[in-house]
Amino acid sequence: MSIDMAQFIDAFLEESFEGLERMETELLALDGGDPETLNTIFRCAHSIKGGAGTFGFGAISGFTHGVETLLDRMRNGEQEAAPETVNLLLRAVDTLRAQLHAARDGGEADAAEVAEVRTLIEAHLGDAAPTGRPADNHGVADSGGADAPADGNRTGPRGWRIHFQPYADLMRTGNDPLRMFEVLEELGTLSVHCETDRLPDNADAFDPEDCHLAWTLELEGDATRDQVQEVFEWVEDESDLLIEPLDAVSEPTTEAPPLTPEPAEMGATTPRPPEAPAARGGSGNRGAESSSMRVNAGKIDALIDMVGELVITQSMLTDISDQLEEDPSKIEAQIERLRTGLGELERNTRELQESVMSIRMVPIAQVFNRFPRLVHDISGQLGKQIELTLKGEYTEVDKTVMEHLGDPLVHLVRNAVDHGIEMPDERAAAGKPETGQVTLEAFHRGGNVVIEIRDDGKGMDADRILAKARDAGLVGPNQHLDRHEILQLVFEPGLSTADQVSDLSGRGVGMDVVKKNIRGLGGNVELESEPGKGSRLTIRLPLTLSIMDGQLLKIGDETFVIPLIAIVESLQTLPESVKQAFGKLPLYRLRDEYIPIVDLAALFGRTEPSPLPERALLVVAEADDQRVALRVDDLLGQQQVVIKTLETNFRKVPGTAGATILGDGQVALILDIAGIARMASGRDTRAA
Amino acid sequence: MANDATQSIHDPATAGEDQYLTFILAEEEYGVDILRVQEIKGWERPTPLPNTPDYIRGVINVRGMIVPIIDMRLRFGMEPMDYGPTTVVIMLRVVGEERERVMGVVVDAVSEVYSIGADNLQPAPDFGTRIGVNFVRGLATVEEQMILVLDIDTLLGPGLIASADAIEAEATA
Amino acid sequence: MAKVLVVDDSASMRQMVAFTLKQAGHEVVEGRDGKDGLSKAQGAKADLVITDVNMPAMDGLQLTRELRKLGGYKFTPILVLTTEAGPEKKQEGKAAGATGWLVKPFDPDQLMNTVNRVLR
Repeated sequence: MSIDMAQFIDAFLEESFEGLERMETELLALDGGDPETLNTIFRCAHSIKGGAGTFGFGAISGFTHGVETLLDRMRNGEQEAAPETVNLLLRAVDTLRAQLHAARDGGEADAAEVAEVRTLIEAHLGDAAPTGRPADNHGVADSGGADAPADGNRTGPRGWRIHFQPYADLMRTGNDPLRMFEVLEELGTLSVHCETDRLPDNADAFDPEDCHLAWTLELEGDATRDQVQEVFEWVEDESDLLIEPLDAVSEPTTEAPPLTPEPAEMGATTPRPPEAPAARGGSGNRGAESSSMRVNAGKIDALIDMVGELVITQSMLTDISDQLEEDPSKIEAQIERLRTGLGELERNTRELQESVMSIRMVPIAQVFNRFPRLVHDISGQLGKQIELTLKGEYTEVDKTVMEHLGDPLVHLVRNAVDHGIEMPDERAAAGKPETGQVTLEAFHRGGNVVIEIRDDGKGMDADRILAKARDAGLVGPNQHLDRHEILQLVFEPGLSTADQVSDLSGRGVGMDVVKKNIRGLGGNVELESEPGKGSRLTIRLPLTLSIMDGQLLKIGDETFVIPLIAIVESLQTLPESVKQAFGKLPLYRLRDEYIPIVDLAALFGRTEPSPLPERALLVVAEADDQRVALRVDDLLGQQQVVIKTLETNFRKVPGTAGATILGDGQVALILDIAGIARMASGRDTRAA
Repeated sequence: MANDATQSIHDPATAGEDQYLTFILAEEEYGVDILRVQEIKGWERPTPLPNTPDYIRGVINVRGMIVPIIDMRLRFGMEPMDYGPTTVVIMLRVVGEERERVMGVVVDAVSEVYSIGADNLQPAPDFGTRIGVNFVRGLATVEEQMILVLDIDTLLGPGLIASADAIEAEATA
Repeated sequence: MAKVLVVDDSASMRQMVAFTLKQAGHEVVEGRDGKDGLSKAQGAKADLVITDVNMPAMDGLQLTRELRKLGGYKFTPILVLTTEAGPEKKQEGKAAGATGWLVKPFDPDQLMNTVNRVLR
């Protein structure tokens, strides 16, 4: 049978990466060698070893063998779970990960590192036992391979005479002499002689589940002794077995040469696996991000249930239409049923939609899980003591959000560890516990996923940030900012608060990138901080990228959608609140704030700018800390809309965040408030 | 797959003739590779896009997909015409470097399907700078009628999107 | 054609084994670990059980012992998948009531050769 093993490799890699993550998490949590935890870690290594061997990654399998052996000894209490052993295992996890990445992407892992870690592990194992060369193990097994003419086996006898006397229990392990004979029959011409003399004489002593028979078989042909032996491999300990060449004179009472081979040779069913990772055809398609995802089976079940309900509703509606055809006179009653049916259909559709969307949702633990290791390593390097607390790891976020969240979070956590938490003596001097706290927490709030990164470190000095920002020309000499506004300056390009440039997080580089990335996901990030007490970064992200709550509104004869979350309020203008800057830049005074009024029809190039009517309808919307007041002609309803990108068939269109399809099939543009604010300010500057 | 089909037909060894769908614009006939035609729809009012050139009429919903609509008369700088009952939109598959796009082009009417051999396709003369010649694959004569065979990948490809960008950039600069 | 219960906590191994068996025309029921495998075994009588040894929740040896206690599985062939080439694991398997073993790594041909020894 030819089966392409390559088709299973993706699954193998995916589960191995997961296994490594698990190993890492558990190793970091390993406190003094809890046996259950060690067992879990062992199992992960064990699975990787087995899979790697099966799917043609001999080197990985070999490497993992050493790791597995070490773990096995640890769980058996033969080796201590000392910190340096744990660190070595963590390093081995990294090395394995690199090897698997190389296997996936067709590159090569750092051979020196692999060899070094391997040597370290072997040294750790401390004895001469060869570790991590599965070829060695299987090499032994191979010597028993079917075609190997082992010592004197292949003398060319006519065949073999086999005396086989099973013990009574043989069949209780699922073995069946008949099936063995059938296999033998495939090896040559078989004649069977059954000996019944052990059958009990009286029926009481006869247990039909026992094996009472013995056989003498003669197999003619050129089968080797090993081949014959292999057939009886599983029952050697449950039977008396004698195999002798047919040509030899058979002595019934035999002190024959020992027939049971050395135990190590018993793995004869297993010839060596194909060595090289059998030409993994076009590995290029295994890009860095896999587009496949694991879905909780419960979610699929829920989906199936809902489709079932949908089918029922459909048949109900069909039934109503049939009835109407048959007897139009009962139209009144049928319309009532029709309404119910449509109501049901609406509910089904909504639930189905929610359910389908939830399939894209994955627990944030997938990102959070890398942080214990990160914090462990960095704090080790810096000589800081840090306790990391993860909360809300099972909060679900959209898969795409998740994939883009990793890098920004790494940066923020590094910052907290590197710049936030002080050295232990510094903390002690400030009257704080020597161990600093970093907390990573995720939760849902409203339509958002909120992620907080908190530390109890030294906090941010607003005066210094302001001074730097003034130096950098980000803030004018006379511009007044409140404390909160000053803190947000850290997200501006090229601003740093670190006294020293550490090799961990560069000089302020990145905070602007972090903000940009998070904006790119439709979210925002804010910093709060108190000197001496610590800092808190709050990231808010939309729950899913493709569905949002929208406010429908009319401008001219066109319908637009604004994300509900962006709307601050909508209001009817009071004439005295409308101001004109430079005579043509309308501003609306809302409490203490002046908000530019945007004539969207003009901004979008539909019409010439028109003067603001006496009483106009304004929608005040906010994004990226900028507010705009949109002139609208009518507010329509609110509804959930599916966001479609214009880029699929066209390109990004400034001022829009995509489009959606309304109930009547018409396309409505979704407004990008931040983009509109930028466009409006661009225009206004020029106009002024 | 359809792509391969296009190529194999272009291969003179396998077939000497390509099929073209022709349409009418201001009484002249234009042809597009029929393998790129997805469907032909009646005119419906699109949702306009902000700050795009006039020939980009907006976007419509085609079975859940948002598709831009391009007015060919305006694209070629011809007199605009009122959209009437014979006005049709031809949905075309435009092959770009990174991906395929679906775009609709508004024409006066759909005309015929012709087979035109590659050797019956004359190179296009210089139309001057007003209309780039690079999106004309060639000229053919069928039944004494001139047919301008268009290269839609160039006509509706990055050039069009970039020119829309340029205009937009100009508008917001 | 037979019904084969494949129990392994590694999805890729399960996939490979199941795919190979299905190619050979067998029906395959999959179990994620010993516990799951046991409940699947109770759900539908399998003609052959192939189980990994090291698994969470319930290991393959325990599964084998549990299966042998069930009336329907007294004589059903149970093959254990082991990475250990040494004799101890095999003997452990036998002691638990396994019919035989298959040493990892194995390829589809080896798998089918072994399966054919117990499925007739």
